[in-house]
Amino acid sequence: MTDNRAARFLLPFAFGVAVIAIWEVIVSTFSIPIAILPAPSAIWAAIKGSGDILLVDWLQTVVRGALNGLWIGTSAGVVTAIAIDRFEFLRRGLLPVANFVAALPIVGVAPIMVMWFGFDWHSKAAVVTVMVFFPILVNTLAGLQDTDRMQRDLMLTYSANYWQTLAKLRLPAAMPFIFNGLKIAATLALIGAIVAEYFGSPTRGMGFRISTEVGRLGIDMVWAEIAVAALSGTALYGAVTLIERGVTFWHPSQRSGRKN
Amino acid sequence: MIRLRDSNIGPVLTVVFAIVVIWYVASFGMNRAWVMDQAARAGETPGFSEQLAGTMNQDRPVLPAPHQVASELYDGVFDKKITSKRSLVYHGFITLQATFWGFALGIVVGIGLAVIIVLNRAANLTLMPWAIISQTIPVVALAPMIVVLTNAMGADSLMVPKAIIAAYLSFFPVLVSMVKGLTSPDAMQLDLLRTYGASKSQVFWKLRMPASLPYFFASLKIAVAASLVGAIVGELPTGAIAGLGARMLIGSQFGNPMIMWSALFAAAILAAMLIWVVTGIEKAAARAMGGGAA
Repeated sequence: MTDNRAARFLLPFAFGVAVIAIWEVIVSTFSIPIAILPAPSAIWAAIKGSGDILLVDWLQTVVRGALNGLWIGTSAGVVTAIAIDRFEFLRRGLLPVANFVAALPIVGVAPIMVMWFGFDWHSKAAVVTVMVFFPILVNTLAGLQDTDRMQRDLMLTYSANYWQTLAKLRLPAAMPFIFNGLKIAATLALIGAIVAEYFGSPTRGMGFRISTEVGRLGIDMVWAEIAVAALSGTALYGAVTLIERGVTFWHPSQRSGRKN
Repeated sequence: MIRLRDSNIGPVLTVVFAIVVIWYVASFGMNRAWVMDQAARAGETPGFSEQLAGTMNQDRPVLPAPHQVASELYDGVFDKKITSKRSLVYHGFITLQATFWGFALGIVVGIGLAVIIVLNRAANLTLMPWAIISQTIPVVALAPMIVVLTNAMGADSLMVPKAIIAAYLSFFPVLVSMVKGLTSPDAMQLDLLRTYGASKSQVFWKLRMPASLPYFFASLKIAVAASLVGAIVGELPTGAIAGLGARMLIGSQFGNPMIMWSALFAAAILAAMLIWVVTGIEKAAARAMGGGAA
């Protein structure tokens, strides 16, 4: 069990280190110009050298754009799902439509949102909101259906009203579904926020920096931004997973007492 | 999976109708400011019917009315020559090509990784976390670097980087489903093959591979949608001049909402067609495998 857990961590970690080491060696042995592919050490130097710029861009894109859009879209999706769920007719009508829309390339609304909400972070948050809304809506609706007759009957015998049943039974039961939606949403949020910056942005933000630095051949700076974006994306996903573990501790998928 | 059943057609049509009505009301509300502004400059006070007429056919509306988008779409699809730079078919086809190659590459990579992961426990522990991490990295940030690298390696068109970006997004659903599918045979079935004295490769080809097919086809729908998103996103930071994503960029740069909306809907229709085709393949495969499996 313990060395299994150690292997679970060490093997992927070693793989990551090996990739970076091979990258470094290849760049230095073939002396690949920095304008094509900078070595990891050069990228690290760029990160250390321009930490303040990276921080400003990170605040603009990740915190103001992606996170705002993420919470607005998620709450809108959950609230809409609860509202729709009360009406069988609406649910049957909206679920296929929402399922269909969730499969469409919603990133395409980016230029429209930039036109409506301007260049600053509001338009980025709007794009993220729209992108996040549908996966959350679809998953929450599916989750609210995930209680069986017996459980609902039990609530009835307790003479629980609609809101009590919702708060104590149906929403908790829906949580694993909502978190599945949130995991999809977390990866979409950064894509949405960065894509929207390609359609216009103030002179800060990760998408803005990447496109201008590509033009100036500051490729090491581009990779520094990519590293920050990658870390933010992974951290966001990891945070969602951690919160999920706390909220849905009762669910079989989280109870890993003795995995085979 | 939620399927569109016959009984849902009534509610679905009602919802779609309601969306169109809300859209009309919204475009009246959002475009009205411009009409009032124009009228105020001319020193007039327009009545309701004049306001309504003024909001429904603007050249640069804040929110174009549904019929405007429909006619712009019709114009872009049927009334322009396919070779014209203003034809949506021309742009759609370019995006479709990148989607297709990205989809194919994604399937190959997804299946390949799944086979390695299922056959080798160390590979499972090593590669699976990185596959998940790869999807949490926003691929749009990587996109310009993929262009630079493929350029340096001698790819002269934008098709290669776009296909790689599309594959980056589409390999993951295939990988996850294939790992699930290849490990789906239970102990009883595996034991049976052992009593037959089957070798490891026989177990793979005669049990695991067939067992995984329903999972494989189920993942294709998600993969093809992801691939299209990748192809469109890949056109944005790469300086593409053709394709639906490039069309959106042009609409944005010229401040022309009609171009943006028609490109958005063209992309949506393309996605619907791709999903429809893949669903058809999925159903045909399920029938060929004895029906009902998927």
